[in-house]
Amino acid sequence: MRIFDPHIHMTSRTTDDYERMAAAGVRALVEPAFWLGQPRTGVGSFTDYFDSLVGWEPFRAAQFGVRHHCTIALNPKEANDPRCREVLPVLPRYLAKDGVVAVGEVGYDSMTPDEDEVFAAQLALAVEHELPALVHTPHRDKARGTERSLNVVAESGLPPERVVLDHLNEVTVPAVVGTGCWMGFSIYPDTKMSPPRMVAILKQYGLDRMLVNSAADWGRSDPLLTVRTGEAMLAAGFTDDDVDRVLWRNPIEFYGQSQRLDLSELGLPEATFAGNSILRGGA
Amino acid sequence: MIELLRSILPSNPWLTASVARVATEPAAIGTLLPAAGRHCGRTPLPHLPGWRTDDAARVLLLAALPLRGDALAEEIRSLYRYGDADEKRAVLRGLPWLEVGDRCVDLVHDALRTNDTRLVAAALGPYAGHLDDAAWRQGVLKCVFMAIPLSVVDCLDERADAELAGMLGDLAAERQAAGRAIPDDATALLHRLT
Repeated sequence: MRIFDPHIHMTSRTTDDYERMAAAGVRALVEPAFWLGQPRTGVGSFTDYFDSLVGWEPFRAAQFGVRHHCTIALNPKEANDPRCREVLPVLPRYLAKDGVVAVGEVGYDSMTPDEDEVFAAQLALAVEHELPALVHTPHRDKARGTERSLNVVAESGLPPERVVLDHLNEVTVPAVVGTGCWMGFSIYPDTKMSPPRMVAILKQYGLDRMLVNSAADWGRSDPLLTVRTGEAMLAAGFTDDDVDRVLWRNPIEFYGQSQRLDLSELGLPEATFAGNSILRGGA
Repeated sequence: MIELLRSILPSNPWLTASVARVATEPAAIGTLLPAAGRHCGRTPLPHLPGWRTDDAARVLLLAALPLRGDALAEEIRSLYRYGDADEKRAVLRGLPWLEVGDRCVDLVHDALRTNDTRLVAAALGPYAGHLDDAAWRQGVLKCVFMAIPLSVVDCLDERADAELAGMLGDLAAERQAAGRAIPDDATALLHRLT
């Protein structure tokens, strides 16, 4: 089983996790910029974090043969703090980087006017930088938050196939399935989704535009729940190719739209995916 | 060196246009420098061990900046500050060939504080001649500690002194006590110095 985890916060994980992930087949991942347990209070805290996402963390991942990419954004919770919003003018510098494959996580936390403004402004950055966008759907008031996020996406002019709505569940997936946006599911020990529930959703809605992630972070979470979901798919009668599609090819297709995915160092047989030059730029 | 880079880098329309643009519009380098790997590739350059095409392209972009002295140093410091690891490495490699004198030695100190072997290695090229002896010795010792080949250190034998030999000997003794060894190239250096 080869796995591309499209959403995992490796900054919060140990080298033991990298070892276990690599041994279980995780070859590549995307680390979205998000909030930490402790609220930030200034721009410097963000830029040091972003520097780590394009500097130290990819270096750390490479020690274990794992290819690291990231997404960059001001997250919705901290969009409510004027001291944090000062990071917005700095974002374009980071959106130009090789390892940055989307704008994210953007979206809603408490659905405030400040969140509206920052969400829309950052989708405009995705349009300008020709990048996909990773939209976090809120933990509270999720159904309304998902509907509202879809409206903001539709108004942004960003093509729906360049957008993923993440942390979906049984209640919110029907609203997204017909929009053309990608659907992300975070498999978490207690909350969000479990492997058996994920399998049921895949049976009901199919494998198109489906992304499965561990979203492992500083909370109680497990970076191997992508693997467990693949195993649950096989046990439920899905084929090896189905598992490969959901856990490897789908994330490559989605983030490949950035034209910046670089999997060449993994020494895998496929040099391109679906005609997309996902490999490192060549002269 | 800049001439050498120009001559060995395969011709590339994006690079030609970007160098011309930086020469007339220096602010454009902020988005061109990060994009160099995507347009020029990241292929090793056989004539320059350890260098890749993106390193060379980035150094040519830096060399195209129509700035000198303090203004150039300020721009380079900003590019390093917001650079990813590959950009930082290219800046460090370019420093000896840019007209900044010793103004950017703080960037070398920054790189030597990291735990990224690519940056530590790039910090000990020819521009490390601007480091004082204490900082330079610590840089060499850090290479040994991190198992970075000492071949990355410019002017190693010319500058290595009895003080460095003492530090290497102490590290070797500490490793020996733990049942470990220092890398072979460090042992060889220690023998040359003692």
